[in-house]
Amino acid sequence: MRLIALWALPALAAALNFAVPRRAARAGRWRVASLVLVAALHLGLVATIWVRPPGPALDDWLAADALGLVVLTLTSVLFFVTSLYTVEFLKRGRRGAARVFVTGLLAFLAAATIVALSHHLALLWVGIEATTLALAPLIFHRHDRRSLEAVWKYLLISSVGIALALLGTFFLATAQHDVGGRPLIVADLVARAGQLHPAWLRAGFLFMLIGFGTKMGLAPMHTWKPDTYGEAPSPVSGLMAGALTSCAFLGVARVTEVAMAAGLDAFVQPVLLGFGMLSLVVAAVFIIGQTDLKRLLAYSSVEHMGLLVLGLGFGGVGAYGSVLHMLNNGLTKGWLFLIAGNVVLATGTSSAAASRGLVRTLPVSGPLLVVGLFAVTGSPPFGLFLSEFTILRAAIAAGHPWTAAAMLLLLAVIFVGMAALILGMALGEAAPGATPIQESRWLVAGPIALAVAVLMLGLYIPAPLRDVLARAATALGGSAP
Amino acid sequence: MNGLSEILLLLVVLADFAVLGSARLSTCIRTLAVQGLLLGLLPVTLTPGLSAHTAVLATGTVLVKAILLPWLLTWAIREAAVRREVEPLVGFIASLLLGSLAVALAFAIAVRLPLPLPASQQELLVPVSLATVMIGFIVLTTRRKALTQVVGYLVLENGIYLFGLTQTESVPYLLEIGVLLDVFVGVFTMGIVVFHINREFDSLDSARLTELTD
Repeated sequence: MRLIALWALPALAAALNFAVPRRAARAGRWRVASLVLVAALHLGLVATIWVRPPGPALDDWLAADALGLVVLTLTSVLFFVTSLYTVEFLKRGRRGAARVFVTGLLAFLAAATIVALSHHLALLWVGIEATTLALAPLIFHRHDRRSLEAVWKYLLISSVGIALALLGTFFLATAQHDVGGRPLIVADLVARAGQLHPAWLRAGFLFMLIGFGTKMGLAPMHTWKPDTYGEAPSPVSGLMAGALTSCAFLGVARVTEVAMAAGLDAFVQPVLLGFGMLSLVVAAVFIIGQTDLKRLLAYSSVEHMGLLVLGLGFGGVGAYGSVLHMLNNGLTKGWLFLIAGNVVLATGTSSAAASRGLVRTLPVSGPLLVVGLFAVTGSPPFGLFLSEFTILRAAIAAGHPWTAAAMLLLLAVIFVGMAALILGMALGEAAPGATPIQESRWLVAGPIALAVAVLMLGLYIPAPLRDVLARAATALGGSAP
Repeated sequence: MNGLSEILLLLVVLADFAVLGSARLSTCIRTLAVQGLLLGLLPVTLTPGLSAHTAVLATGTVLVKAILLPWLLTWAIREAAVRREVEPLVGFIASLLLGSLAVALAFAIAVRLPLPLPASQQELLVPVSLATVMIGFIVLTTRRKALTQVVGYLVLENGIYLFGLTQTESVPYLLEIGVLLDVFVGVFTMGIVVFHINREFDSLDSARLTELTD
């Protein structure tokens, strides 16, 4: 029941919002209120799942297993924080934009929830497709040439990626032929993985990795990412970088789960490592000399997606590191994109050259931006340090010392590149006559909460979370540290 | 009815090449409609005996792929007053050669990857599906006009649909609904974008979408 309410509630709210005409009197306030209310209810429902896990629903099509629960929780937390931010954000934007904005966000929440809960690979695919379409109108929020170019690239590249993932899903169904079990149900695929047709399973894995990898933004399929994150409204970029990429990663993780259970480690791992390292290299190259804060964060997202598949590729404790890293990265990306949004609201642009001395002019967001720099680059004591360290440990344990060394080098390069841009924006000399701005509570509450969460995950992982992470890692063919 | 399916599948490949080689956008769209019709007939000829499932699938496919989508695209051309030329980045001869290469590759792959299905299944289905996917990809990547890229995407989707036909027994309904929905919603959204591109740029040339670079 709860598994159905979780996605039906936002879907219903989205339909209602769309049904109310754009110019209805005082509709804007009600829309935002419904957004926050649905987000809070969703978060509450997710919390009850942690306390009392529900059984599978709809003939095993929906279930909340460990891996899905991590994605679901991350999505719900980020969405709640974003909905609070939206309260003030929409007041400052174009009039009449709330209808599309709120509808799109709620539809995204419904689709992402389906992805997180889905144990049928075709349903998972439908969910990921729906997230793509739900967010497309939001990228076009500003209605100008640059956002149009961004939404075009996003739609075209994502659609092709998603189409290839569907082909991969068909390949997987072909591999399952003659094997028995319900078609494309993850549990049945895993239980009889050894009997799956190996050649079709390999083909299915490759296509699903490339397809969902496109949605994650793994290099070389990442080209839509800097444009989209750069042009989309900041809270939308934050949701995409934190929640949408995690949903796509879940797609990759599910098929990896099946392939690992079939004993294809020797085929799967080098492919994952290749995409991961390439993503790190591309991110490092484009982060050096970057001039725009949001594009910088987009390349940082490419980097972290690379780390996620690297963790899967190393196996062992790497799988644990990957799932933990997904959580850390999602929270941190939400934090930083919301801060970037505050910078854009204050200065009108995310270009680094235009803003200097943010620590002085934005008394809350400025310092949070600097702290965020250290968090996102994996410095202690933040959560990302812990998860990146776990992935590096897995690299050494799996006998890849040179890969580990290359990773460290690239991470160092990325740190230097990001520090140069962000410290320049935060610390430089403010324009003469610039006075500190009184920042709205709605705009800073979310980032502060996320920052506290990321810091906490670096110092102490609560026992229930540790248990769930360990179970997710085991499902992915790895182990807990 | 295997002979008939074989002819239909060969016609699908011919349609691929017609899209690849035609210089006029309207010809491309008409060819796409024909291909959609062929795809609608295939479930009927492939399965012996007409079940309700096959009938629904065939009707739905014809409605969406042969009528609705081509109509939408034609509407977009008229609304946006697009000039009719396709404007390839790669010449037509080179595109056709690439297409032939794709077909050869598709057959080579299909021979190495036999379907674990009963022999009564149509042997041409897998190579034709893979070839259509690849040719769709070629159209998508080598044409400059936004609408032609949408045509390429739809050809690619048609190829995936063909592969899905091998799975109608084991995974009924859901995937077909997924595919139709995907095509419908995808093009619906793209139509909106196309409309706006026209208003903002006075042209549907996606090569002009080059402001965002590093």
